[in-house]
Amino acid sequence: MVVIGIFMVLPMMILVVFSFLEADPYGGVEPVFSLEAYIQILYEIDFDDTVVFNPIYLNIIARSVGLALVATFGCLILGFPVAYFITRQSPRNQNMLLYLITLPFWTNLLIRTYSWILILAKNGVVEQPLLALGIIDDSLGMMYTNGAIAIGLIYTYLPLMVLPIYASLEKLDFRLVEAAHDLYAGRLKVMREIIVPLAMPGIIAGCILVFVPSLGAFIAPDLLGGGKKLMLGSLIQLQFSSSRNWPFGSAIAVCLLALVMISLTIQARSAGKRRAMEG
Amino acid sequence: MAEARSNALSVCNVVKVFGSGPGAVTALNDVSVNIEANEFFTLLGPSGCGKTTLLRLTAGFEQPTGGEIFLFGEEIENLPPHHRPVNTVFQHYALFPHMTVTENIGFGLKMLKWNASDIQARVSETLALVKMEAFATRKPAQMSGGQQQRIALARALAPRPKVLLLDEPLSALDLKLRQAMRQELKTLQRETGITFIFVTHDQEEALTMSDRIAVMSEGQIQQIGAPLDIYERPLNRFVADFIGDTNFITARIAAISGSKATCTAGGGLSFSTPMVGEHSKGDTVTLALRPEKIKLKAATARAKGSATIANATYLGTDTTYEIALTRDVMVTARDQNIAAGMGRFNAGDRVSLEFAAGSARMLTD
Ligand SMILES: Nc1ncnc2c1ncn2[C@@H]1O[C@H](COP(=O)(O)OP(=O)(O)OP(=O)(O)O)[C@@H](O)[C@H]1O
Ligand SMILES: [Mg+2]
Repeated sequence: MVVIGIFMVLPMMILVVFSFLEADPYGGVEPVFSLEAYIQILYEIDFDDTVVFNPIYLNIIARSVGLALVATFGCLILGFPVAYFITRQSPRNQNMLLYLITLPFWTNLLIRTYSWILILAKNGVVEQPLLALGIIDDSLGMMYTNGAIAIGLIYTYLPLMVLPIYASLEKLDFRLVEAAHDLYAGRLKVMREIIVPLAMPGIIAGCILVFVPSLGAFIAPDLLGGGKKLMLGSLIQLQFSSSRNWPFGSAIAVCLLALVMISLTIQARSAGKRRAMEG
Repeated sequence: MAEARSNALSVCNVVKVFGSGPGAVTALNDVSVNIEANEFFTLLGPSGCGKTTLLRLTAGFEQPTGGEIFLFGEEIENLPPHHRPVNTVFQHYALFPHMTVTENIGFGLKMLKWNASDIQARVSETLALVKMEAFATRKPAQMSGGQQQRIALARALAPRPKVLLLDEPLSALDLKLRQAMRQELKTLQRETGITFIFVTHDQEEALTMSDRIAVMSEGQIQQIGAPLDIYERPLNRFVADFIGDTNFITARIAAISGSKATCTAGGGLSFSTPMVGEHSKGDTVTLALRPEKIKLKAATARAKGSATIANATYLGTDTTYEIALTRDVMVTARDQNIAAGMGRFNAGDRVSLEFAAGSARMLTD
């Protein structure tokens, strides 16, 4: 208990406390209570102390949530068929494929994201053959867009979607699929009526595992978005490094935490309701 | 295949091999059977003889390794399971765990695009049939094995398929319920005109419900016939042994006249049986004689053809006696306990044996 307390709660407490303090311009905090950090998220405080509504951070929050949703959806669309495919292989091949899926996770994320720059860049791996074949005659301008960030996020978090879905599909009794076929359900109907509902716990777990870290991601936005398309993660990171506004960084982190907790609560509620229904 | 056309199901020389190489299992070995429309047909056989495999081939979950299957005269090799007018009651139930009983039973109808009110009506009707009205809103996990089995039955019945495959559908029910369900199923089958292909281990079930029975063993059909045929006229040792109790008596053909033979066995017994197979006078054959066909009479120790009772076992309705015909030939006789008490004889009593002509059967092996 004590260990959990020290490792889990203490850093959080510090974060929350910092968010209510005043910033030291040289980094760190001054021990003076202030709500300024939170006000700063929505309003700009001019030099003459007038408070003006400032949507810039709200935009960043909205973009973060939007991109995280796109990444989650993208991972789901790609991850579900992959997970399903893996469960239909022989046990030996299943282990091999799972190993391959998790392999990138053990190498440095920075380096893997850099390689996406090579792929998406002007005259990069994608564009060169298209240019050479004359299919396009100008750069597609894929880098430094929301699309590039989304691709980076999907790539990064895909294994976190595949693994929980695999785990729940693997438990699925294939004889239920036979029973559904027997009762006149074609392939699509079986997928919709039997496989997806029974894999739902895995799908939800995968979505949370992708959505939450996507919200706070900063490597993909920095490298593939060129730092122009800020996301929450990059914004927080900025406050602790170059901007030296620790309270503001903490305040955004607390907001992020709140967003995550709200989505987790909604999920837990609906899961609880479903469990109650299933008995 | 003119004959195949009038049948609900025609299985022609079907072979099913699982796996390949040295580990291959031959589940069905050249099985041929014709099942008529509106027939209550039972597959009876010990565990692992291929009953479920034959049903799975019919439902379309497996493809035969060899041979052909016709459903109402139509070759069905390329017809996927969801296009076959066949429903299955699975041995392992296979109820959908995320659906209520009502949704489970309505599933087939929903897939057939019935409208909601018709589905509702049919589901209630079917629930009533299996006496499970009170469970409509339960999930499978909230029911006992026997209750789940009845829902599995209801789910397969609801769409009124042309052919219903039942894989041991009553095995999890208690005796009373099983007997009641036998009646219900039989009535239902007669009323709906659905062809039933019924799998069971239980010979009593097979004998009481079926129009015809196929006795299977090790991937092959040993005999097909009406219950009476199977019980009274078993073809071979396996069938005679698997269904009911039988005395196997080694006998010698003493005389042949037309299609009848007179056989003699140790202890001075003599039987008149129909000839089976290619035998001639003097050959040794195996005869099957049901214990209840033997009539016992008290005899004096010296009487010709009498024997000593070695053992008596009281079974409630009857008593069985093991009788030593000679030093090493024993037969079992079954005698109904008509009078009150333990049975008419005791171990050590001398009895003489009588049996009606034709009660012993010559077997092919
Ligand atoms: N998918 C499979 N792979 C390999 N062997 C199989 C497979 N399915 C069945 N078998 C084998 O085929 C044989 C027949 O099996 P089947 O399930 O048809 O038996 P059954 O008559 O239904 O037995 P039971 O009464 O125990 O249900 C068995 O020896 C079994 O081990
Ligand atoms: Mg079986």
